[in-house]
Amino acid sequence: MTALLRAEDLRKSYQVGRGGLFRRARRFNAVDGVSLTLNRGETLGVVGESGCGKSTLSRLVLGLSPHDSGEITFDGAPLPDEGSDDWRHLRRRMQLVYQDAAGALDPRQSIGTQIAEPLKIHNLPPERAEQALADVGLPQAMAARHPHELSGGQLQRVVIARALTLEPELMVMDEPVSALDVSIQAQIVNLIQDLQQARGMAYLFVSHDLSIVHHVADRVAVMYLGQVVEEAPKAAFYTRALHPYSKALLAAVPVPDPATRGRAAPRIGDPPNPAAPPTGCRFHPRCPHATEQCRVEAPALRDFGGRRAACHRIEELSQ
Amino acid sequence: MSALDRPALPARRWVWLATLSRLPVMVSVAAGFMLLMLFVTVFAQVIQPYAFDHVDLMNRMTPPVPLAGATWAHPMGTDTLGRDLFSRLLVAAQTSMLLSILGTCLGAVMGIALGFLAAHKGGLWDEVIMALVDFQAAMPWFIIALAILAFMGNSMAVFIAIMGLYGWETYARITRGLVLSAREQGYALAVRGLGAKPRRVYLHHILPNIAGPLIVQLTINFPNTILFETSLSFLGLGIRPPMTSLGQMLGEGRDYLINAWWLAVIPGLVIFLTTLSMSVLGDWLRVKLDPSLET
Amino acid sequence: MTWILLKLLRALVTMGLVLTFVFFVLRLSGDPTLVLLPDDVDQATREFYRAKWGLDAPLWEQYTSYLRALLQGDFGISFRNNIDAFQVVWDRVPKTALLGGTAIAIALLIGMPLGVLAAVYRDSWLDRTVMSIAVFGFSMPNFFLGILLILIFSLKLRVLPSSGSGTWAHLIMPAATLGTGFAAQIARYTRSSMIDVLSKPYMRTARSKGAGLTRRVSQHALPNASVPVVTILGIKVGEMLGWAVVTETVFAWPGIGRLLTSAVASRDLAVVQCIMILLAFTMVAANMVVDLVYGWLDPRVRVGARAQA
Repeated sequence: MTALLRAEDLRKSYQVGRGGLFRRARRFNAVDGVSLTLNRGETLGVVGESGCGKSTLSRLVLGLSPHDSGEITFDGAPLPDEGSDDWRHLRRRMQLVYQDAAGALDPRQSIGTQIAEPLKIHNLPPERAEQALADVGLPQAMAARHPHELSGGQLQRVVIARALTLEPELMVMDEPVSALDVSIQAQIVNLIQDLQQARGMAYLFVSHDLSIVHHVADRVAVMYLGQVVEEAPKAAFYTRALHPYSKALLAAVPVPDPATRGRAAPRIGDPPNPAAPPTGCRFHPRCPHATEQCRVEAPALRDFGGRRAACHRIEELSQ
Repeated sequence: MSALDRPALPARRWVWLATLSRLPVMVSVAAGFMLLMLFVTVFAQVIQPYAFDHVDLMNRMTPPVPLAGATWAHPMGTDTLGRDLFSRLLVAAQTSMLLSILGTCLGAVMGIALGFLAAHKGGLWDEVIMALVDFQAAMPWFIIALAILAFMGNSMAVFIAIMGLYGWETYARITRGLVLSAREQGYALAVRGLGAKPRRVYLHHILPNIAGPLIVQLTINFPNTILFETSLSFLGLGIRPPMTSLGQMLGEGRDYLINAWWLAVIPGLVIFLTTLSMSVLGDWLRVKLDPSLET
Repeated sequence: MTWILLKLLRALVTMGLVLTFVFFVLRLSGDPTLVLLPDDVDQATREFYRAKWGLDAPLWEQYTSYLRALLQGDFGISFRNNIDAFQVVWDRVPKTALLGGTAIAIALLIGMPLGVLAAVYRDSWLDRTVMSIAVFGFSMPNFFLGILLILIFSLKLRVLPSSGSGTWAHLIMPAATLGTGFAAQIARYTRSSMIDVLSKPYMRTARSKGAGLTRRVSQHALPNASVPVVTILGIKVGEMLGWAVVTETVFAWPGIGRLLTSAVASRDLAVVQCIMILLAFTMVAANMVVDLVYGWLDPRVRVGARAQA
């Protein structure tokens, strides 16, 4: 079976500031050689600190912004050119759920109009709008309201409902709950899981919150400064992470497991400037185990029996 | 149409009524005067007691009502040919209003369309359109219009075209800026991500969201357009006899200041009150609708 | 320095476009000999004048020879009084300059102090009064104000002459008419510019150092606030020229505006074109000066001036 989504050595850089007549603008690599696969009905959690390129990655795999190099295939076919008719038709099969739900909705249109909009665009039966509203647990009366009358959790339900009307096979969730109150987060996370169970969609779930990813993901990929440093099945990742960065992230999360409690958490400082990444292993300035080799030589992503990690010292450190 | 499309109308209507009752006095008076002018624009031919060009040589230059020698048959008096000033004023106001509305709309539609085009296409299109904007802004347009009208003669089509070209560049510049920033807003990107064509994004989402500042610009430009029309007609170059406009009446009345000052003062007052009302409304709307001005 | 050259180039292109636009629109609008010569002249005489004024050549040739003559400083011959068109126009320049200069002086002398007062006593009754007067001021059509002034001061009180020029008394009403609208606009711009400046940190510093209100306003705020006001004045030159034509007509002031209306009425092509070039030049030059002053004050404008438009 072909994977639903496959990305191969994806790269994307942005210009920093304005270039002048005689001065070239600096660029920074937001996504720098990322490869990943996502199967039908599966959830891949992408975690990392802010600025690691995970939001850029989610826009790239949907074809919402063009990538500089690399390859993305969806259901075996490369993504069509951005803005082309094929690209527009493909929106039916892949949708994005935004962190800022309020910003993703038109402040001047009623909820009902906006949920029905994808159906108008793609000439689909309008009844799907009511169904979608019911599926996300909102009353039909909500359709007459405007975005400013709704709470943050309700807005995120609306955004999810709008995407659902198209019955997509892939949903990319870009920090879907991080802007919400903790009590609401659980509701939305449960909704997202229920929807997956009912409809069999694949999720690319981007978040900085490892405990939420633990809840929803089948597999976890860790990003650091535009690169994937570790990728593993959920159980393996949360019981024994390989990469020092993954360990540091996990140590910062309160995990209800007595075995891990009390172990000294490696203290890491602030992330470096993504526009000027360190040489060698990008994590070396913050890594407690860094050696001379780490400073000069970038580690490759290596296979460790069903999981991958990019670190020179995995073998030594896991003994 | 599904039940989802039904907007919450009743609630919004009450909000409007509540706002109306809290209007400042000046704004209410200005709005009232503009409504009166709009009424005249639509119904001038119904209200007028005489045909505006009906000549009555037996009753020439009668003064308006409070003055000695006035008759109620001609409440605002008559002009040098005995034409009823009130009827003429109605038709003149109608002409001036229609021309200004048409001119404003033409300029706005053209400017807004070009602004959208410049923002959407970018590159060479953007450069050319913005160069045209700079060019239009750097031309003494009133004076060029004056020369064109004088040489082209009495052509309504030319006059309307000239009025339409007046002020379009302001809309183009403002629209371009607004579209460029609105396009990067979450809602616009989201609709694009749903598979919408640019047309839908621009017309259904961006245009309604940038309408506020554009309407403000419209109200700011309208008095200028009225002045543009009345000035040219005053100089005898815009609306010419046998037709009449407020500026044309004023220009005609100027020759009889000594004997019949009201021939000039009454139409002048109507022009003044119209521009004043629109300015008051424009200032009020700007504070209400343009969030960028909140400092 | 590149940006100055670019601005200059742009100004030149604008001038060229105005020139071309006016030339073709006016030439295409009809035969001047029909207006200038009596109806009963014979065809031969008509042809003679057409040849004399260069109207018999194809339009394109007329245009190129016109441009060639312009480059040598030759603006053509006035059809009506047979003398150098430029001379006809140039003779009227001092009158218009006098009127415009006085009007600008009035506008600044009235508008700026009122704007400063309104800003310093923001939201007080003074502010509201000044701003209300300003709305009246710029809503008042120029020609109507002129006529009201004539009615009151010439016809009722009989203290000022209603038309002509020559004495200072002749200048008062036209200059006041032309200046009022601009005084109102300047009051508004000064107010908002002053409010902007007064909220800047350096104004608070001046205050904390114990500088009095008068000193703070005159030494610190006004110099900074007047820059945008003066540049507005430059941008409004085109508008002012338009109003000057109307004002000169109302008061029979013998300046460029009156010349234009009469030249236009008699289809004196050379004179009309010469006036257009002169006015367009004035406007483009004023805009250039504004751009230069702005670029000199704020280096950010030099590159990508349109980025924030």
